Amino acid sequence: MAVVHIEKLCKTYQLGLVQLSALCDVDLEIEQGRYIAVMGPSGSGKSTLLNLLGCLDRPTSGRYRLSGEDVSTLDDDQLSLIRGKRIGFIFQSYNLIGQLNVIENIELPMFYQGFSEQASARRAGELATMVGLGDRLKHKPSELSGGQQQRVAIARALANDPVMILADEPTGNLDSASGAEILSVLNALHQQGKTLIIVTHDTEIAARAQRIIHLLDGRVEREIHNGA
Amino acid sequence: MLLFRLKRTLKLGIKSLWMHRLRSTLTTLGIIFGVCSVIAMLAIGEGASREAQESIARLGSTNLIIETVRPPEEQTDTGNVETVKSYGLTYADAESIRNTIPNVDVAVPIREIDQEARYLNRKVAIKIVGTIPWYTEISPIRLMRGRFLSSTDLHHQLAVCVIDDQVGRKLFAFDDPLGLDVKIYGGYYRVVGIVTRAATGKTTDGFDRGPAVVSGDSGGVVGNIYIPLTTAKSRFTELTASFSGGSQSVERVELQKIIVKVTSNRQVLQMRDIIDTLLNHIHDKQDYQIVVPLELLRAAARTRRIFSIVLGSIAAISLLVGGIGIMNIMLATVSERTREIGIRRALGARKRDIIVQFLSETLLLTLLGGVLGIILGSIIPSLVTHFGHMPTIITGGSLVLAFGVSAAIGITFGLYPACRAANMDPIESLRHE
Repeated sequence: MAVVHIEKLCKTYQLGLVQLSALCDVDLEIEQGRYIAVMGPSGSGKSTLLNLLGCLDRPTSGRYRLSGEDVSTLDDDQLSLIRGKRIGFIFQSYNLIGQLNVIENIELPMFYQGFSEQASARRAGELATMVGLGDRLKHKPSELSGGQQQRVAIARALANDPVMILADEPTGNLDSASGAEILSVLNALHQQGKTLIIVTHDTEIAARAQRIIHLLDGRVEREIHNGA
Repeated sequence: MLLFRLKRTLKLGIKSLWMHRLRSTLTTLGIIFGVCSVIAMLAIGEGASREAQESIARLGSTNLIIETVRPPEEQTDTGNVETVKSYGLTYADAESIRNTIPNVDVAVPIREIDQEARYLNRKVAIKIVGTIPWYTEISPIRLMRGRFLSSTDLHHQLAVCVIDDQVGRKLFAFDDPLGLDVKIYGGYYRVVGIVTRAATGKTTDGFDRGPAVVSGDSGGVVGNIYIPLTTAKSRFTELTASFSGGSQSVERVELQKIIVKVTSNRQVLQMRDIIDTLLNHIHDKQDYQIVVPLELLRAAARTRRIFSIVLGSIAAISLLVGGIGIMNIMLATVSERTREIGIRRALGARKRDIIVQFLSETLLLTLLGGVLGIILGSIIPSLVTHFGHMPTIITGGSLVLAFGVSAAIGITFGLYPACRAANMDPIESLRHE
C-alpha cells in the first residue's frame, strides 16, 4: 500500500495582495519502503512539500492520504498526534534542544506520546547505541560534533517508529566525512525497510535514491527512477 | 506516566530557569516582595488591632466605666477670684447606682490621687487608688502574695495598702515588701499584699501597657498603691488647687471613677442608658461620662477591618506589579525559545503540551517567590517587633492568602505568554533563528 498518496495538492500563500502559489497540482504516490529524493532550485516548493508531507501544514486544496488516512482536514491536535507517531523529522540544522542531553532529546517524541519513563529511557538508549552514540548519553548537544548531533536527530526521528522519515538537507551543514556517515546511517534505515524522503541539492545524494523528484515553480518537473 | 510527565516538565522548567539565573531571580523578587509585604502588612495590622482589642478587653466587656470629667466652663463667675468648684462623681452616686439599679453585679467607686511614696531613702511617683475590696471583680489584677483590701480595712479605715509588683521592685528593691511600711504624704501604710496586672490571653510580645483600669495620664507614675476608700477619704483632701490665667481655682472632686459590672454583656448598652438617666437626674452639670469597653471593642473591630483592607490592598498592588514583571519575562522567554517550540511541535507536542510547559515554568517561579516571600514575610514582622516595638501577629490565613494569590498570579500572568507560545506557527518557529 502507498504510504503517501497525494492528489492535486495545492498550497498558496497570501502575501499582502499577491497570491503566491508555492505548490500547484502535485500528484504523488510513494510506496512503503522507498528512498525518495526531492530536488529543485530554491523557491521551487521543496520545503512546502516537505511541510505538507510532514503534516506541519495543511494544503489549500487537494487531498493527502497518509497510510490511507486523509490528513488534509484534520485539526491541530490530530496533526500533532500524526507528526508524533508516524513521521520522523531530520533537519539541516539538527534542531536538538540545547538544554537537554542526548538521551532526553531522543526521548522527546516518546514523551509526547505518553511512554513510561522506563520504556522511553530504554528505547532511547537502544537508538543512541544504534547510531553509535551509546557512550555519550549524558552529553549536551553543544558537546557533540555536527555529525554526532545529526545522528542524535536521526535517533530522535526513529523514536516512535514512524512510517516515514523526512529529511531536509540532512548533510547540508556537515563536512563530507560526517555527511557520508549520515548517509550511510540513512542507507541502513532504508535497508531496514523505512520510507525515506530526502530534500537535497546534492546530486550525489540524490543518486542513491530509487526515485528523484524534480520540482520547479511548485510543480513536479520530472521524475527519474533509478533502476530498482 | 502522568508522574513522569510532571517530573519531566518540572525538570525542564527548573533547567531553563536555572539557565537564566539572574533573570529568574529578578523576576522572582517581584513576587517575593509582593508576598512578603502582604504577610508583613497583615501581621502588623493584626498586631496593632489585637493590641487595641486586648487593652480594651482588659477594661472588661461587662464593665461600664463612669468617669468624672470637668464640666464645660460657665461664664457666671461673680468676680469672686477664689471659688471652690465642686463637680464629678460622688459617694452618693455610687450608693444610688448600687441601691437602685438592678442587674448590677458590683459598683466600685475609685478615688485616684497622684502622690509620692517613700521607703527609706527611696521615693517613687505613684497613684493612690482608694477603693473597696470588690475592686478585684472589675479589674484584671491578680494577687501575687498576701491579700487584697478587706471589709475590715474599709470599716476601720486602716492604714494598709496593696502595691503593684512594679512599685514593690522600685521602692523596696531586694526587701520583701510584705509587712513593711510605706510612707505616703506623712502617713505610714502597711503593705498587706502585692498584685500584678494579669495579662488577659496570650500576647506575642512582653510590652508593658501602662496601668490597667486606672490609667489616665500617668506621667512618670510607676504603678498603683491601693488603699481602702475610707482611709483615702479621711486622710487625703478632695480639694485640688490650680492656677490658670492669673486666677486661682480650687476644685473639689470626690470620686474619679465608678466602675459598674453587670452580669452579662448583653445588658451593657441598656445599662448605660439606665445609669445615664439616673446620674442625669442627680447631676445638674454634665460632669461625667460613661465609657463602654464593649462599644470600643466593636469600634476597634471596625477600625481593624478598614486597616487590614488598606494595608492588604497596598500589598496586593505590589503583588500585581510582581505579576506583570513575570508576564514580561515570560513573553521574552517565549520569543527567545520560539525555535524550541517549533521543534517540540514538529515532534508531536500539542498546543496544550506547550501551554503546560510554559505555565509550569511561570508557576514554578511564582510559587518559589511565594515560598521565599513567606519566609521573608515571617521574618520581617519579628524584626518590626524587635526594633520598632510594635506587636505583630502572623495569622495562618495571611500565609495561605499570600501563597494562593501568588499562585493565582502565576496562572493569570503566565497564561497569556503560554498561549502565545502554543499558537505560534510551527513552520515559522522552526525557521526562527
